[in-house]
Amino acid sequence: MNRRDTLKRVLAYTAHARLQIVLSLTFAFASVALTLYLPVLTGRAVDLFVGAGKVDFAALGMILARMAIVIGLTALSQWAMSVCNNRITYRTVRDIRRDAFAHIQRLPLSYIDAHPAGDVVSRVIADVDTFADGLLMGFTQLFTGALTILGTLIFMLRIDVGVTVVVVLVTPVSLFVAAFIARRTYDMFRLQSATRGEQTALISEAVGGQKVVQAFGREEACQRQFDEINARLEKCSLRATFFSSLTNPCTRFVNSLVYAGVAIFGALAAITGGVSVGQLTCFLTYANQYTKPFNEISGVVTELQNAVACAARVFELIDEPAEAPDSADALELARADGSVELDDVEFRYLPERPLIEDLNLAAAPGSRVAIVGPTGCGKTTLINLLMRFYDVDGGSILVSGRDVREISRRSLRRSFGMVLQDTWLKSGTIRENIAMARPGATYEEIVAAAKAAHAHSFIRRMPGGYDAEIGEDGGGLSEGQKQLICIARAMLNLPPMLILDEATSSIDTRTELQIQNAFAKMMEGRTSFIVAHRLSTIENADAILVMRDGHIVETGTHRELLAKNGFYAELYNSQFAH
Amino acid sequence: MKRVLSYLRYYRLESALGPLFKLLEAALELLVPFVVAAIVDTGIPSGDAGRVARMGLLLVALGLVGLLSSVTAQYFAAKAAVGLAAKLRRALFAQVQKLSFADLNRVGTSTLITRLTSDVNQVQSGVNLALRLFLRSPFIVFGAMAMAFAIDARCALIFAVAILILLVIVFGILLISMPMYRRSQNQLDQVLQRTRENLTGTRVLRAFGREDDEIEAFNRGHEKLTRLQTAAGHVSALMNPLTYVAINLALVALLRASGARVDAGRLTQGEAVALVNYMGQILVELIKLANLIITVSRSAACARRVSAVLELHPGLTSPARPEEADPARAGCVEFEHVCLRYPGANADHLTDIHFSARRGQIIGVIGGTGSGKTSLVNLIPRFYDASSGAVRVDGVDVRRQSLRELRARVGVVPQKALLFQGSIRDNLRWGDPEADDAAILEAVRAAQAEDVIAAKGGLDGEIEQYGRNLSGGQRQRLTIARALVRRPEILILDDSASALDYATDARLRMAIRQLSYRPTVFIVSQRAASVRYADRILVLDDGRIVGDGTHEWLLQSCQIYREIYDSQFRGEVGA
Repeated sequence: MNRRDTLKRVLAYTAHARLQIVLSLTFAFASVALTLYLPVLTGRAVDLFVGAGKVDFAALGMILARMAIVIGLTALSQWAMSVCNNRITYRTVRDIRRDAFAHIQRLPLSYIDAHPAGDVVSRVIADVDTFADGLLMGFTQLFTGALTILGTLIFMLRIDVGVTVVVVLVTPVSLFVAAFIARRTYDMFRLQSATRGEQTALISEAVGGQKVVQAFGREEACQRQFDEINARLEKCSLRATFFSSLTNPCTRFVNSLVYAGVAIFGALAAITGGVSVGQLTCFLTYANQYTKPFNEISGVVTELQNAVACAARVFELIDEPAEAPDSADALELARADGSVELDDVEFRYLPERPLIEDLNLAAAPGSRVAIVGPTGCGKTTLINLLMRFYDVDGGSILVSGRDVREISRRSLRRSFGMVLQDTWLKSGTIRENIAMARPGATYEEIVAAAKAAHAHSFIRRMPGGYDAEIGEDGGGLSEGQKQLICIARAMLNLPPMLILDEATSSIDTRTELQIQNAFAKMMEGRTSFIVAHRLSTIENADAILVMRDGHIVETGTHRELLAKNGFYAELYNSQFAH
Repeated sequence: MKRVLSYLRYYRLESALGPLFKLLEAALELLVPFVVAAIVDTGIPSGDAGRVARMGLLLVALGLVGLLSSVTAQYFAAKAAVGLAAKLRRALFAQVQKLSFADLNRVGTSTLITRLTSDVNQVQSGVNLALRLFLRSPFIVFGAMAMAFAIDARCALIFAVAILILLVIVFGILLISMPMYRRSQNQLDQVLQRTRENLTGTRVLRAFGREDDEIEAFNRGHEKLTRLQTAAGHVSALMNPLTYVAINLALVALLRASGARVDAGRLTQGEAVALVNYMGQILVELIKLANLIITVSRSAACARRVSAVLELHPGLTSPARPEEADPARAGCVEFEHVCLRYPGANADHLTDIHFSARRGQIIGVIGGTGSGKTSLVNLIPRFYDASSGAVRVDGVDVRRQSLRELRARVGVVPQKALLFQGSIRDNLRWGDPEADDAAILEAVRAAQAEDVIAAKGGLDGEIEQYGRNLSGGQRQRLTIARALVRRPEILILDDSASALDYATDARLRMAIRQLSYRPTVFIVSQRAASVRYADRILVLDDGRIVGDGTHEWLLQSCQIYREIYDSQFRGEVGA
């Protein structure tokens, strides 16, 4: 997306606030004009101070009254402008984030699996914030800055051309100085952030692995490594900090040159009678005001560029192709009969790496299909396909005799109950987590499900019981406890088909044994797909698929497969090897 | 806080000179309106162009000296701030190296990393800014007021009132808006968390068809955020207009008063101009001061977080006069009625653990999740201290041994297989920095990791941070090799074969049994197959030893062991 397209998109998002943008610009214009008018009035007042007994108080009173009104109006328009800007900014932020979040719900799993969550989160949160700060705030700063420069010029020209020329000639020097310093320090900052990055990598490794460091007595070696980087960082950080901090004194010096120039030439003009003392005061005020927007604008430009880049990153996420929507006449699978059929299924995550080929399977309603094989052989892929997290590349999957692509995703997925190896819980109470399977469930039903999953006793012992808050990603619970809650969640709502992907991998074998009965009851009359590491749990499956490197290498019942004495037999026997 | 600032003692000179030079610059700035007043009062009426030019050059000279002193000040401030940050980081890192496992668990790794990185950076910029501005800004504000008094006391009273009102406005708005910003920051954290959750939990959320509910909840949360942000924004939007009104109304009052004073012949026109200029300077500096206070209070919060780490007393230290281990009892491990309670817990994690192991014995430790297996073996290299009872290694209480020497005799393979960035050789030499390639390869062979080395291109193969370019099984075998390189007296395998298939696991156990230096081995596992052929098996349940003996003996005498065994070996009967 190029810069122009990004800006168009941004404008589209602010379209609803068009009136407020116009208002904001009007108020900005008003406040700049009034701010510039005030020194003129001050100058006129000073001009009345001609000497003892010669001050015209009536005229002074008029000027001061006018000043008070101007001050009031300026303040009002400043505040109104900020209010408008706040509204525009925060609403635009909200709208963009809403779209981004809603889009996340529609993104294909292939995108989510391939992109680190942290990256997507930073697009939705940090990038949008930077964009809002930079673009919307930067825009007003740019606008008022340009107006101030222009307005000051006009006011100054009206007073005295000669002095104005002095100001106009000297001021840009401060811009050049600032740009010069920024260019020179850029490399120093890059070196500093690279060194910081290096140190952060070392810190997170050493602190993250501190227990290993101590177990192997590597404290001193680590400290030496740290000190070396730390010394380098100190050196380059000092350079970057010092040289970049020269900007302010230098531009301030240029400003004082401008100031001195105005004082000299203004005073000379005053001697010849070209300007009054009051006008000189006014000029001096302008000389201070005039250089400020120049310094600001140079900062604003980089900020704007940064903001556009951030906006582009968010839009990139929003423009990511979504899952193909359900077709308009998609079937709502109200009650699946439990039959699942795979016909010549082909699938690959990467176009050049075939994973599943010619996979055929027919599971009758109520049957039990087990999938076994070494880690990384593609067992979970099959589940991705059944739940239609991914679509097949060839062949078809039929549920209740219908191609899954003709069924609405939601009703298809709700026809499966599942316990996954990845024991994901959302932050919230335990009750909310279990109820996720069926939001309307009563407290009694939730407790019953937890009891069936053997999770009741530890939940009861937790402070707050079922209302105990669990942190992000189930913080505070052990893996085993999290898995038990996931099982309870599945128990609460039992659709005609079940997927158990290493459902007990984190539970110790004794507890597992205890919940076997519950599992058996759960699977009764339901078509179940079981992925397991421990072979003992799947011996009485109706069909066992043995996978290896993405291929089904053997199928059959436990007895048949043992008799075959192939890969399954090897796997099975190895677990009893000494 | 005090602790952090005490590091400035290394930069006494810099932290004194920085503000002083800044002060010099400020003093020169205060002279500027004086010079301008002179131009107006004496230069212009006299019509002497040379005099005006001289005064103008004086202004330039003031600017130039100001520039020089300010550059000097920036240098000293930067040097003190950057140096302080470097010393602080070093002290923090050294402190982390001294923390015990219990301390590490309590404090948490991720917060330690934040404190070492972004918190220290915040402190650095806070100190830098404070050294530059904390004298300058108040000096200019009150200096301008003092100068005003020097010019005309009556007019200067307006300054005093204006400064007071400005202070009330600036700090009032800060005080009101800061908690509002904090609240909206917390709400933003929640919005962020929900976004993250929806990415990590997509499968579950979609499986339960919760997309619309999540969107609705997100929108609700964000609506609240927008409200909070807008409200906070409106309050701080008052800052500019209110200070503008205050300072300029003061200006109006000043003009009115100086008009009267000029009329009375007490004030010249130039002095009136100077008063007007001082009023302008005050506003600019007050806004700077407010920003300084925001930044400094933010860094002060960071400094407190940093101090908290530095003030931790490491919960576990090496004795000042360690006892030598008894060579005759090398490899012996004895637990004498040991109890262990983690800090903050209200129940024992281990209760009355009592056993002893002889050199060369293989001890299996088995039990369910949370039964205390890892806690038990962690007491041997003194990762934790027993709350009561005693642990003796080589015949001497571990608390009376040098921590370094004790740990050097123990090879630990932790549950979490963690490797570090660098070559495979560098990683394996953690076990023994002196080990040559032959010794390393011998350990690799025993750890069944030859194929891992081959796959990565030999011992020079690079390992990425946390070993993330290796599979779980590959990492586990390398961590075992790392422990073996040390040729430990005592080898602890804490569930370190969980990612290995049964056949490799079996070969590994065989190789360990045949190690020439006969270490005492502790094998912690949930798998009965992994401990079955140990010389002795400890069965743990809820922190107690409920079975102690060989496999055959336990099958007969220990119900829990039988249950564990049956749950894993049911199939064997049928097969």
